[in-house]
Amino acid sequence: MSKPVIATASLAGCFGCHMSFLDIDERILDLIELVEFDKSPIDDIKKFSRPVDIGLIEGGCCNAENVEVLRYFRENCKILVSVGECAVMGGLPAMRNTIPLKECLEEAYLNSPTVAPEDRLIPADEDIPILLDRVYPCHEIVKIDYFLPGCPPSADLIWEALTALIQGRPLRLEYELVKYD
Amino acid sequence: MPDKIKFTIDGKDCQADPGMTIYEAARASGIYIPVLCHFEGLKPVGSCRICSVRVNGRWMASCTQPVTPGMVIENTSPEVEEHRRAIIEMLFVEGNHFCPACEKSGNCELQALAYRYQIMVPQFPYLFPKKDIEAFPKFLLEHNRCVQCQRCIRAIQTPDGKKIFAMKNRSGRVRINVDRKLAASLSDEEARKAMDICPVGAILKKEVGFRVPIGQRRYDKKPIGSEIEEKR
Repeated sequence: MSKPVIATASLAGCFGCHMSFLDIDERILDLIELVEFDKSPIDDIKKFSRPVDIGLIEGGCCNAENVEVLRYFRENCKILVSVGECAVMGGLPAMRNTIPLKECLEEAYLNSPTVAPEDRLIPADEDIPILLDRVYPCHEIVKIDYFLPGCPPSADLIWEALTALIQGRPLRLEYELVKYD
Repeated sequence: MPDKIKFTIDGKDCQADPGMTIYEAARASGIYIPVLCHFEGLKPVGSCRICSVRVNGRWMASCTQPVTPGMVIENTSPEVEEHRRAIIEMLFVEGNHFCPACEKSGNCELQALAYRYQIMVPQFPYLFPKKDIEAFPKFLLEHNRCVQCQRCIRAIQTPDGKKIFAMKNRSGRVRINVDRKLAASLSDEEARKAMDICPVGAILKKEVGFRVPIGQRRYDKKPIGSEIEEKR
């Protein structure tokens, strides 16, 4: 039987959840025995080469590219998991959600004291993904099957969730595993 | 001494002194009923409804309802627990609770309740309401995190008995309002008390920050309510 295939992505996140994933330490050797990786920043594979069993999503959606990648993952992954506060509820990027987008851009690119007068310009190149009106949790864009909160979720929580999914057993959630910070 | 009142919680025989509320009686029997707006020593107001139980089939707030003989109380039935879980989730989506950036994280009762109920994501959509932060000489008032429990209103007074906190507006626009002149006269000790009485990170004493390291905070190791259940 072939090994289950895993893919990961970082959308509007800080890569902290991927770092926490790598915090499984020597269990990474077990992981390599258990699964194969497809599209992921860890192996730098850019496109899906086969159907994926489990997709891990870090970060919410703040721009059009995030939405495109998230939909691409949904189409190619049997199970999609929101990993971390940003994927689950928008996280720190969503702090802009109570401020109109126009004000955010003006503050960053026009009015900030660190902007030189000759650089006062709001970027609008077609190669730059367009910003969304606010930051969206992943489950407001596509169907998400499981949620792992935390900033970041501990390596132990990610490991427990991943092995439970691979082995098809219920999650053993010790009290200390689920934290929002 | 008057006779004890006999009643049951989830089928377990319990006894209480006359005048005790359901919450107090349960606590005395080592049974945890979650509370958020209630705080020991304050007059209960029954506003958050997290302590709701079913008594002889009817919903009641256990922090305000006195125990009467023969009550049959449901505290951990799936229906009661689901009701509480929904309230916790609504409180999360109605405010802007960015736990990773909050000084109260790990010591927050709302967060601790969500941990106890193992809420991975609220079933309701996030509202991201526009709220502000007010600064006073000794403390900050973070309206993004306020759950309108009214604990600060009841607990914090000047030495001559004047209230510093009050409610303003109604319904969805309700918010905590502060008497600026009285707040300016608040001592460090009173500001500390205000921060500690707040179940969430809405009242923050200035110049304190992240005082207790992760791993040593109130709810890092043990769920909220476990201190009551250990006495059973």
